[in-house]
Amino acid sequence: MLRYYLKLGVLSIRQNPVLSSLMTLAIAIGIGACMTIVTVHYVMSGDPIPQKSSQLHYVQLDSWDPNSPANEPNDPPDQVTYLDATALLAAGEARRQAVMYRSSWVIQPEGDDARPFEADARSTSRDFFAMFDVPFLYGGPWDRLADDNAEPVVVLGRELNEQLFGGENPVGRQLRMNGELWRVTGVIDDWMPVPKFYDVTTGAFNDVEALFLPFTTTIAREVYNSGNTNCWKPVPEGGWEAFVNSECVWMQFWVELEDRAARDAYMAFLDGYVESQKALGRFPRPLNNRLRNVNEHLAYQEVVDDSVNIMLVLAVLFLVVCLLNTVGLLLAKVTRRSGDIGLRRALGASRRAVFTQYIIEAGLIGLSGGVLGVLLTWCGLQGIRVLYRGLDFIDKLARMDWVMVGAAVALAIVSALAAAFYPTWRACAIQPASQLKTL
Amino acid sequence: MLSMQNLSKIYRTETVETHALRDFSLEVAEGEFVAVTGPSGSGKSTFLNIAGLLEEASRGRYELDGRDVSQLDDRARSRLRNEKIGFIFQSFNLIPELDVFDNVDVPLRYRGFGAKERSERIARVLDVVGLGSRRKHLPAQLSGGQQQRVAIARALAGEPRFLLADEPTGNLDSQMAGSVMDLLAEINAKGTTIIMVTHEPALASRADRNIHVRDGQIVEDQAPLGLAAAAGG
Ligand SMILES: Nc1ncnc2c1ncn2[C@@H]1O[C@H](COP(=O)(O)OP(=O)(O)OP(=O)(O)O)[C@@H](O)[C@H]1O
Ligand SMILES: [Mg+2]
Repeated sequence: MLRYYLKLGVLSIRQNPVLSSLMTLAIAIGIGACMTIVTVHYVMSGDPIPQKSSQLHYVQLDSWDPNSPANEPNDPPDQVTYLDATALLAAGEARRQAVMYRSSWVIQPEGDDARPFEADARSTSRDFFAMFDVPFLYGGPWDRLADDNAEPVVVLGRELNEQLFGGENPVGRQLRMNGELWRVTGVIDDWMPVPKFYDVTTGAFNDVEALFLPFTTTIAREVYNSGNTNCWKPVPEGGWEAFVNSECVWMQFWVELEDRAARDAYMAFLDGYVESQKALGRFPRPLNNRLRNVNEHLAYQEVVDDSVNIMLVLAVLFLVVCLLNTVGLLLAKVTRRSGDIGLRRALGASRRAVFTQYIIEAGLIGLSGGVLGVLLTWCGLQGIRVLYRGLDFIDKLARMDWVMVGAAVALAIVSALAAAFYPTWRACAIQPASQLKTL
Repeated sequence: MLSMQNLSKIYRTETVETHALRDFSLEVAEGEFVAVTGPSGSGKSTFLNIAGLLEEASRGRYELDGRDVSQLDDRARSRLRNEKIGFIFQSFNLIPELDVFDNVDVPLRYRGFGAKERSERIARVLDVVGLGSRRKHLPAQLSGGQQQRVAIARALAGEPRFLLADEPTGNLDSQMAGSVMDLLAEINAKGTTIIMVTHEPALASRADRNIHVRDGQIVEDQAPLGLAAAAGG
């Protein structure tokens, strides 16, 4: 019977092209709007490094003001001080650890007519690349000696390498930055974690920095950060030396802990470290350290901000409105076809048979609405891409994966069935005699 | 075959109550050809709809083949309609988007016959109504008389024992009406019980039995006048 019902569905859709396309369109527009936002939400709230997100932990130490918490209600500051970052790095208690901060540079390309330009760099330690599974196109990270000796070495992003060296292998070549020559040790391949979890303080959806430098080297060059700096004591006078020895927080610190036990051990280590600092007169607040893994950290930082959540709710409401429209259109259509229903009932179709026939027809409309909806979603995502062009991660949005396509079509079919349920049920409940009169 | 005892049907709207049938009692035996006449609004269609299980009576008892149908659920009623009852309507009621073959096919689909059985039956009944060569035509491509023949073929395809016709010739000219009547008479001769509503005394006189309805009640039940006269003379 299924094939018979499918055939009747197709015939009926062709018989009422205007109503049918209106319904298809209503569903498609609802699905398109909804899935566009859902896709944005899905990408923004995705796990940026699923293979390791439970092992990578962000360290927060409560070095803050004894009289008020850094973050309400009682959370430690979002970053750590230079003193603590370097102490934890030197202790090396985790499997891997990386200290980092963002800085801003002026690059002077080769050639007489080449103009200098600005670029963002991430100052970090060598483990960064292994911890975050950063893929390399050429070469690799700098070696441990470079960290220890504050050597002027650099890892380039792929784009910057194309700009400076035409995309060729630049390992061993040099690059002039802030008036000094830096040796290239590697070029990273396309790498774009969304959200940019390793430093959400400079924007969870900003681009990955153009180049990477040993933080020891940039510290030795007295290069300040270009991200947030927060201080609970007055900003110290006395220049660079006072700054790095202050209680101001401006660095991020990540550790890789392979399991629960390692995490507990590291937490104990942190608490011990803070206790030892208390003895030196620092850390005036009670013990209050945090060790959050990637997803916990992103949730805590609320990187998917409320406006996206509100948009999601609005998009779902919009889909509901489209569906209510579809219910109206289906009511009109079923009313128009009550003669057909009455006739089929007179010829021996049970309520259930007629109900099945009409529900399958609605399913077909849902299917076409879903396919069209996927197309509209694609257009919507292109629109968002144009709107926010310039942000690399937006490119990721334009790609719908098969899960989303399947979800869109399934949602459309389910929606159409839900919309068809009431009108069809109503039409089937009527005594066939009265429907036959309308013929 | 069909037995109605003290049936009544009341339509209620917010303002009026219409007694479409009152105290309506009738017995029809297997193989009879009954014509029902009466003024407009007298309840003829209501009677036919209740007889065909398209509607339920407000009160009274209706037995079809000795079975009290008021107790049956929708599925059982639909089954009975499908297997035992054929309908013919004044306005043919063909499904416009289906061709002749597929229109006749409709009741057979609900019967659950296989493809082979269905196409054999369809071919047979289309031959009976003389439209074997028109199977791929759409209803709109047929004359009124041809359309009604398709409707008759559809009613016959399931070999019902009971044929209900509501003014089957109402939309046809007298020549076409005559040939439809010939067809019904032929079907009745093969044993199918027929109840036909009609306005035309001439057509009614071709039945075995004439029932006259007025205000929802049977006021006359007799052999056709012509036949009675012949028997009397
Ligand atoms: N669904 C309904 N709701 C309310 N009243 C109805 C309904 N169907 C029929 N009636 C009323 O019941 C009465 C009988 O109607 P019915 O259709 O049986 O008449 P009829 O004898 O077939 O008339 P006609 O010869 O014009 O077809 C009429 O007065 C009609 O107005
Ligand atoms: Mg009538």
